[in-house]
Amino acid sequence: MAAERKTKLSKNLLRMKFMQRGLDSETKKQLEEEEKKIISEEHWYLDLPELKEKESFIIEEQSFLLCEDLLYGRMSFRGFNPEVEKLMLQMNTKNKAEEVEEQTVELDVSDEEMARRYETLVGTIGKKFAKKRDRAIYEEDENGDIKPVKAKKMFLKPQD
Amino acid sequence: MAEAAGVPAESLAGCRARAARTVLDQVVLPGEELLLPDQEDGDGPGGAGERPLRLNAAARSRGRVVCGPGLRRCGDRLLVTKCGRLRHKEPGSGSGGGVYWVDSQQKRYVPVKGDHVIGIVTAKSGDIFKVDVGGSEPASLSYLAFEGATKRNRPNVQVGDLIYGQFVVANKDMEPEMVCIDSCGRANGMGVIGQDGLLFKVTLGLIRKLLAPDCEILQEVGKLYPLEIVFGMNGRIWVKAKTIQQTLILANILEACEHMTADQRKQIFSRLAES
Repeated sequence: MAAERKTKLSKNLLRMKFMQRGLDSETKKQLEEEEKKIISEEHWYLDLPELKEKESFIIEEQSFLLCEDLLYGRMSFRGFNPEVEKLMLQMNTKNKAEEVEEQTVELDVSDEEMARRYETLVGTIGKKFAKKRDRAIYEEDENGDIKPVKAKKMFLKPQD
Repeated sequence: MAEAAGVPAESLAGCRARAARTVLDQVVLPGEELLLPDQEDGDGPGGAGERPLRLNAAARSRGRVVCGPGLRRCGDRLLVTKCGRLRHKEPGSGSGGGVYWVDSQQKRYVPVKGDHVIGIVTAKSGDIFKVDVGGSEPASLSYLAFEGATKRNRPNVQVGDLIYGQFVVANKDMEPEMVCIDSCGRANGMGVIGQDGLLFKVTLGLIRKLLAPDCEILQEVGKLYPLEIVFGMNGRIWVKAKTIQQTLILANILEACEHMTADQRKQIFSRLAES
């Protein structure tokens, strides 16, 4: 009796993860697509023609700071408040400095030299802290460069 | 008189929009429409009212034009909303198409984000202070918005203190909020303004005139005697000098210099320098 009548499982049950492990990849893809279709059909959308966004060239601002270069609001004259005088110099030159282009900072050591030093540094320091087994990884090439580290063998989780 | 007044009104209503370039530094009235420079291509004596916006290379290379206070965007044109002189600033670093604004005069301040203002603390409620900045609503100032303030270490602010701060939120839909630190967390001169001194109110236009980079008034004032001034964009100025008399003289000068010519000012300063 039981063999004659196939138990009809519900769609939700079939969609569950443990039921899908036995399916092929093709049927899985089909099911996914169907699901996506259902979801996207349920999403509401406006049935209007596509409106082109008008690119506006005009921006509205209500602040006077953009319009006029105003000085900093706190001022002190003839040494009445030395902190404020220091602030005055700082803030007013900050405004002017933004207009002047930035100058490149002079470096003591060039970038290329830094890169070269780091390349060799990583290897030598790494060797110091590597365990005996790993020290074999740091074999030196003919040129004296350190070979790249090989991938360690780790525990791989078995796939379903 | 009625006839003479009627004729100019008619002509204004009937005239087309003018090019902004031609009206620079002239008085404009609310309701006027201004054309931006690259929209005058088809403008001639027989030009029609509607000009389609051509998205050619010329239009795109214009970049963004900023319309500042006193102007509003109206389609592709600028609509004047305040009466005053039209000003223009060229773009400095090449981005955008410059700034247009109307230089108007008013006494009532409307909070604007980023403005540094002087406020008077009117109430302390819980974690915030209510600060009167001269706008329609008192601004709120959190006690954590001071340099070095933590929950345990509260700033020493009492009702009636003067605060120099800037707005972080200021629009017509919400209550304005101000802080006394900048985005990096440093005070930069903001916070409670010290003891003594005198606070008085002037028009907003005078503040901008005094804070202009090449202001002669301040340079001359600075030579008189040691003093300290704080300008708030809401029309409030706080001054302090060594004696009460000097402070009062300073306050009177600053209030009066709005309506004086340069000669009158120089006369007054020379008289003061003698005494």
